[in-house]
Amino acid sequence: MTTDVLDSHLAANDSHGHDHGEAVSNTVFGFWIYIMTDCVLFATVFVGYVVLSHNYAGGPTGKELFDLPYAFGETLFLLFSSVTYGFAMLAMHTNNRKQVLIWLAVTFLLGLGFISMELHEFAGMITEGNGPDRSAFLSGFFTLVGTHGAHVSVGLLWMAVMMGQVMTKGLSTRVQSRLMRLSMFWHFLDVIWIGVFTVVYLMGVMA
Amino acid sequence: MLGKLTLSAIPYDNPIIMGAVAFSLLVAFGIAGAITYYGKWGYLWSEWLTSVDHKKIGVMYIILALVMLLRGFADAIMMRAQQAFSFGASHGYLPAEHFDQIFTAHGTIMIFFMAMPFLLGLMNVVVPLQIGARDVAFPALNSVSLWLTVVSAMLVMVSLGVGEFSQGGWTGYPPLTELHFSPGSGVDYWIWALQISGIGTTLTGLNFLITILKMRAPGMTLMRMPVFTWAALCTSILIIMAFPALTGTLAMLTLDRYAGMHFFTNAMGGNMMLYTNLLWVWGHPEVYILIIPAFGVFSEVVATFSGKRLFGYKSMVYATMAIAFLSFTVWLHHFFTMGAGPDVNAFFGITTMIIAVPTGVKVFNWLFTMYKGRVRFNQAMYWTIGFIVTFVIGGVSGVLLAIPGADFVFHNSEFLIAHFHNMLIPGALFGYFAGYTYWFPKAFGFRLNEKWGKRAFWAWLTGFYVAFMPLYVLGFMGMPRRLYHYSNPAWHPYLEVAAVGAVLVMLGIAFQVVQLIVSIKEREQTRDLTGDPWDGRTLEWAIASPAPFYNFAHIPQVQDLDALTDMKERQVIYKRPEKYEDIHMPKNTGVGFIMGVFAFLFGFAMVWHIWWLAIAGALAITGSIIARATTEDVDYYVPAAQVERTENERYRQLPSAAVYGGASEADDDTLVPAASA
Amino acid sequence: MSHAAIDSTGASHGSLRSYLTGFVLAVVLTVIPFGLVMYSDMPREYIVYGVFAAAVLQILVHLHYFLHLDRSSDQSWNVAAIALTAIAIVVVVGGSLWVMIELHYYMQPHAMVTGLLGLC
Repeated sequence: MTTDVLDSHLAANDSHGHDHGEAVSNTVFGFWIYIMTDCVLFATVFVGYVVLSHNYAGGPTGKELFDLPYAFGETLFLLFSSVTYGFAMLAMHTNNRKQVLIWLAVTFLLGLGFISMELHEFAGMITEGNGPDRSAFLSGFFTLVGTHGAHVSVGLLWMAVMMGQVMTKGLSTRVQSRLMRLSMFWHFLDVIWIGVFTVVYLMGVMA
Repeated sequence: MLGKLTLSAIPYDNPIIMGAVAFSLLVAFGIAGAITYYGKWGYLWSEWLTSVDHKKIGVMYIILALVMLLRGFADAIMMRAQQAFSFGASHGYLPAEHFDQIFTAHGTIMIFFMAMPFLLGLMNVVVPLQIGARDVAFPALNSVSLWLTVVSAMLVMVSLGVGEFSQGGWTGYPPLTELHFSPGSGVDYWIWALQISGIGTTLTGLNFLITILKMRAPGMTLMRMPVFTWAALCTSILIIMAFPALTGTLAMLTLDRYAGMHFFTNAMGGNMMLYTNLLWVWGHPEVYILIIPAFGVFSEVVATFSGKRLFGYKSMVYATMAIAFLSFTVWLHHFFTMGAGPDVNAFFGITTMIIAVPTGVKVFNWLFTMYKGRVRFNQAMYWTIGFIVTFVIGGVSGVLLAIPGADFVFHNSEFLIAHFHNMLIPGALFGYFAGYTYWFPKAFGFRLNEKWGKRAFWAWLTGFYVAFMPLYVLGFMGMPRRLYHYSNPAWHPYLEVAAVGAVLVMLGIAFQVVQLIVSIKEREQTRDLTGDPWDGRTLEWAIASPAPFYNFAHIPQVQDLDALTDMKERQVIYKRPEKYEDIHMPKNTGVGFIMGVFAFLFGFAMVWHIWWLAIAGALAITGSIIARATTEDVDYYVPAAQVERTENERYRQLPSAAVYGGASEADDDTLVPAASA
Repeated sequence: MSHAAIDSTGASHGSLRSYLTGFVLAVVLTVIPFGLVMYSDMPREYIVYGVFAAAVLQILVHLHYFLHLDRSSDQSWNVAAIALTAIAIVVVVGGSLWVMIELHYYMQPHAMVTGLLGLC
């Protein structure tokens, strides 16, 4: 993800016409392929969840545990963060460093809000004795939602690093390429979340 | 402080294991000693460990594969010996727990640390050269992938002396691999070795997909790519789509073992059949990942040594794509007997039979390529012909297994063992060996000895038949797999014969070791001076042997399939460019090796529950990624003058720039003599 | 339709309008399924269809308005990649669910007696 090969400002000397854009587009496409592998990973974990989603082992069901308005709130946090990241990208394309930093920070806070809500939910369930070891259903729940949350957390770390890089290196080609990849990652996580709230929360409450 | 790790983890009381450990340590220290004696640590670090050169990375993968072949084969011969002796009153020389670790290690090592590195190594060495590129799309990532694989193999090796290995088979089915039935460190070593190397492999698939799609020389459309590159492309797609399923499945098992979850446990709602299903969703594409590159090698070898264009190029491409796609639709045939019912079994039985068809197309294409060609019986052709005959037998046994009703008899019997070894050995392994002998000169500048290579082939081929044909019979006679002891006297003679077969294979391996030693000693006689020892048809033979680190001084313009043959016919091969230009190359970096070391520490720490070390390892890996993302110093330019000097040296070595064809040594009639201009 | 602006690196990027349009559509497609589950009296089956339809549509909204996938030639490799991945996922997930459901059926005690199609 962060292993660029070619640097743009050496392109002037690169008499093979190896356009710096080409290198960036390879990296961006490469990251898209990584996202495809992540889709398959999530699909595997989704299958695990769905197959085990009614194996309550005498424990609580989704209907008893899930708070839909709460999940709706989490969804909005993530959705808003997707849009604010979009604003950061628009600012990047007009080379507006300050705006990029502001929108990245807003996105970060919204993402942090999402994670906080999720951790709060997890903590509540665990302290009531409904942790992932309570039943196969709960194992699936914590793993699927937790894997998504772990990805979001990695995204937040990455975002923090990017804010640092924008501050210290400005909007160089390399930095822009990384921001583009983080953008794809962040939007992809929102796509996965659509699957999560549908399959886990909405279906879980109806069962 | 050290988690579950204590001195009692070392199996002092087991002389066989301690002997193996002692031998491994001796070899390791011997090599380290030799490097120290010759003062080569600096060279090793700067030229190999930190290399991002795809050719060197490929060579290191293959070295790993060959070393692990020895370890995996040691396991094999131990099993054959045990089964030859352990009959009736005798219980052989291995206790059951040890035997179980051996068959688990054998499968795990051969698939993950012999076959995968071998094919990834061949892809690494060859694909960028075949498409006229200077390296892969992400060279530093390539290095990361290599070292993640190497350290995972090291985890398996360490498990020999510290703790134990899994006894759950290479597929690790729960509930046996759950904590309740496998509380020791074995399954954890297995999990982390697979998980860490799996990530490396996934990244390689990604790397090669981008490389092949985006970095081909101008004029090389997809339908002008060499067949081996097509195979690499399909393999990469399979890796990308399949390996994440393994990652997810292993993660769920890990959570069961480490966090008390209940994905696959007996109690609390777990479903062990879910594991079996998900594992084989990965597992079946995996075996096609193993075989497709071998098919690619055979296509190259057959065309080159028949002196003819490959018959039916388009159908080869479509057949490979069909095989790759269909490989996702057959996975249930690994567990027909698990009880999903006749509808499901019928569906997957049919898809399994369908997938045999495109493979048949390929076999016919190879045969038609040879037909009316001027076939040269080079050792690579020996491996190829041995493959064609023997693989077909195994394929037919597969179609038999594809019938669910029949499979109910054969599932997990020695018939199955015979079938899949019939696919993997004459199929995959012979392909890798053919590729090894075929491309060795390109990597090292001299050819491998033909005589010893052919001796090795005959030993392997006869050894394979003697070792595995009896297993088909044993399957019919009802012998299950993985038995450390049995009482049926009818089975005994067959197992004795099979043990002899294993000894023949051992002879084959010994011949290959001799081949390497002899070839190195005689390398001046077998130097490849033109870069094209076989009168090849594809671009990798256009450049010097060994290839210069930048591959092509001037990216070639491709106008046809079999690009090099086309260039020979148009007489533009070996034309010196008017001027040389600076070449943009990636810098070597230690990030791959260093991340590998941290990954090893992380894996080892996780096995032994040394949480502080695991966290430190994970943080160190994260830190390495961030550090790599921060550095700008990742590439450089090779001055045109240096390129010119290297190229001039190359032209000096060409016997005559006007010669199109192979090397000029007359001692080997498998080479094409220098053609007249 | 959103304006697919393309920069010098060939990567597509959006406009303010496309992000806002996508956002509004996504919110609507979130409110609908939550609303259906929380407040609707429709038969369960229809709610399920509605919820999944909204999910699929919202995913498409994200892919187009946020990830800039469209039918332009610049995006063709990206679209091909996700199409292939989607096919693989459908086969694997669909196949796995079918297999696990059938296994579940045949693992029940009655299955031994009645077998397939009620034949003994």
